Amino acid sequence: MTGRPGLGTLAAFIAELRAIGLPISVSENVDATAALMAMPLVDRASLKSALAATLVKDSDHYGAFELVFDIFFSGRPPGADPAPGPDAAGPDAAGPAAAGNGAGRDGVLAMLSDAELNELLLRAVAAADRVLIRAVVDEAVSRYAGIEPGRVVAGTYYLYRTLSKLDLDTLLERLLQSADAANLSAMDRRLARDDYTKRVDAVRTEVEAEIRRRLVADRGAEAVAGTLRRPLPEDVDFLNASQQQLAAIRQAVQLLSRKMAARLAHKRRHNRRSTLDFRRTIRQSLGNGGVPVDLAFRKPHPAKPEIMLVADISSSVAAFASFTLQLAYAIRSEFSRVRSFVFVDGIVEVTGIFESAPDMAAVAHHINSGTGAVRLDGHSDYGMVLESFWDQWGAQVRKRTSVIILGDGRNNYHSSRSWVLKSIRQRARHLYWLNPEPVYSWDSGDSIISEYRKHCDKMVECRNLRQLKAFVEGLD
Amino acid sequence: MSERQTEVSASVEAEGSSLLGSPELVLQGLRSVGYLPNERIASVVYLGERLAKPVLVEGPAGTGKTELAKSVAAMSNMRLIRLQCYEGLDEAKALYEWNYKKQLLRIQSEQVSRPAGSPGSSPWSELESDIFSEEFLLARPLLAAIRAPEPVVLLIDEVDRLEVETEALLLEVLSDYQVSIPELGTIASTQKPLVFLTSNNSRDLSEALKRRCLYLYIDYPSVEREKEIVRSRVPGIGEHLAAQVSGLVRSLREMDLKKRPSVSETIDLAHTLFLLGADEITPQLAADTLHVLLKYQSDIEKAAAELTARR
Repeated sequence: MTGRPGLGTLAAFIAELRAIGLPISVSENVDATAALMAMPLVDRASLKSALAATLVKDSDHYGAFELVFDIFFSGRPPGADPAPGPDAAGPDAAGPAAAGNGAGRDGVLAMLSDAELNELLLRAVAAADRVLIRAVVDEAVSRYAGIEPGRVVAGTYYLYRTLSKLDLDTLLERLLQSADAANLSAMDRRLARDDYTKRVDAVRTEVEAEIRRRLVADRGAEAVAGTLRRPLPEDVDFLNASQQQLAAIRQAVQLLSRKMAARLAHKRRHNRRSTLDFRRTIRQSLGNGGVPVDLAFRKPHPAKPEIMLVADISSSVAAFASFTLQLAYAIRSEFSRVRSFVFVDGIVEVTGIFESAPDMAAVAHHINSGTGAVRLDGHSDYGMVLESFWDQWGAQVRKRTSVIILGDGRNNYHSSRSWVLKSIRQRARHLYWLNPEPVYSWDSGDSIISEYRKHCDKMVECRNLRQLKAFVEGLD
Repeated sequence: MSERQTEVSASVEAEGSSLLGSPELVLQGLRSVGYLPNERIASVVYLGERLAKPVLVEGPAGTGKTELAKSVAAMSNMRLIRLQCYEGLDEAKALYEWNYKKQLLRIQSEQVSRPAGSPGSSPWSELESDIFSEEFLLARPLLAAIRAPEPVVLLIDEVDRLEVETEALLLEVLSDYQVSIPELGTIASTQKPLVFLTSNNSRDLSEALKRRCLYLYIDYPSVEREKEIVRSRVPGIGEHLAAQVSGLVRSLREMDLKKRPSVSETIDLAHTLFLLGADEITPQLAADTLHVLLKYQSDIEKAAAELTARR
């Protein structure tokens, strides 16, 4: 059992996953241990699949698992000291083989100039030679990253330094030029482009992984995991998510919307008692000699609610609005109608645009091309917006309509005109307000949220997907 | 065999482990029946058998989840028992059902042949124990898998279509490999079936179910693997064409489409091109055959526009 990670490592690994938010129960912990005993751990990949199969039960969480796995079982320890990694025991297809080659080439690579190293990387990427790529990346990180031992950092700066020297964008351009030179058709060019982009991305990931490995060798897995800890997609705060995180959220919303639609449909159909279908019951009983063994019930067909979404799309909360609108449209089959309105200091209806192209980019384009969402200075003015909503569409708010307002209630010191909400509430079935700000900052600064709050059926904090999901599930 | 047993003597499931050998053997076995797994798939299948735990397979439609279970059955010569899930599936269709009609017949024939009160008529208790015996039990897939004398593969397909409450039906079978029937008692399995559950992820499965299973996410295959799949499924196809097909599909999957092409559609496309006698995909040919891959007109238009756009 020399190659197996000790129980201590496994416990620390699981503790880190739990800290990120993966729900790992005690029995899954036991399973993971059993899986490690049962699995012939010939390489790092088999260790990884054994742990993934027992610990990660949600595909959204796999990314987080992968990162932590790389930190704890980084495989190839850089430097001479053979750390007790799982790879130490067996011949790894990629890890030690590459390390062995790398060591052999290290001497050669170290003698190359920076330009030659880049040239070599270009050739390696063009030939998709993974071993050579690893070796070059290894050398590049030693050369450019300038890692200072003992510093508590996430390595972003090291990454930036290495990547700026490797200049992957130029590399991609050159690869594409060579593809262009081959006189390909537009389609083949597109395919080649996708292919090269993938490969260059892989180099970037490799650099990241290499820097992480060195950080781990320097400070130990647990410390590095603590610095690198990132929330799961469903826990990322809408208001300060990075580009990458936004992309992850967008993907999660797609998946979530399918689940929500199924859930809501199911809830609608099963929530109420159905009546006995007498004819079908008797018909079915004929097979049993007239004994009504199975009762047949009529399927209920409850009416679907109508939804009006009124979303603030000023820059501070735009991301939040876009996800909520995206989600609402993805599950619109569960409502009789979804109408949407966007505003900054003027308000427009965008239902038509969303129905033809359920894509935030198209909507953003439409809004920028001069509709009424921005009238004056581009600072949100809730009071004015609510009043013009009431004037134009107030009469269309009906008993089956739920009005949902998305916004932070930061009114830039304009008047609140909260009487509008009172009137809406009298007409509508429900009036909800989703606020993407944390509760503790409500009413701070120019936020006048509590003036609106008293007129709403419910005002909820909605900072991440988890909260958004909980809200939608509670809708009726 | 005796050597083996000393080798794995520490393991209680030694008997089970002889079935699928090692992840490497699983990999080869699956290949031999025409399913090209990656290492992860092979490892999890092996673990599922070794730990006697069900394997929950999730992933986009058309990536070979159901096929995996079928192939495992084929490679190990086991019988495949399949439970197709749908909304409204209940105990009577998943576990077992009493054969009411036969029971009624039995009671009626009793009354006819030996009217009550006549000498020799059996008391009610005897009749009752008679009509609630195995003879009147209709075994549905789950019970059938438990009662099978030989090792079987149990496939519970599209488990996400079950309602949350019905999911609980599976739990006893999945964790203890047994079924409780009030009239008969508990029926435990003689051998532990290999269980695969598939899900298209249309809703979150309950924690209880997930906890009992190993989890395997089958994503779209990498370009290299897909190329290999194409070559194995469409014998005779050229290397270059296969590479082009998988490259094209990969690019399409990156686009923002309503429905992304599945692996089976990739194979369909490769077949089509092969039958058309094409050596490579020209833009014209791609535009003509996109409908094999994409099933929405808006997707086809979008993809065609993106593929032919001069950047």
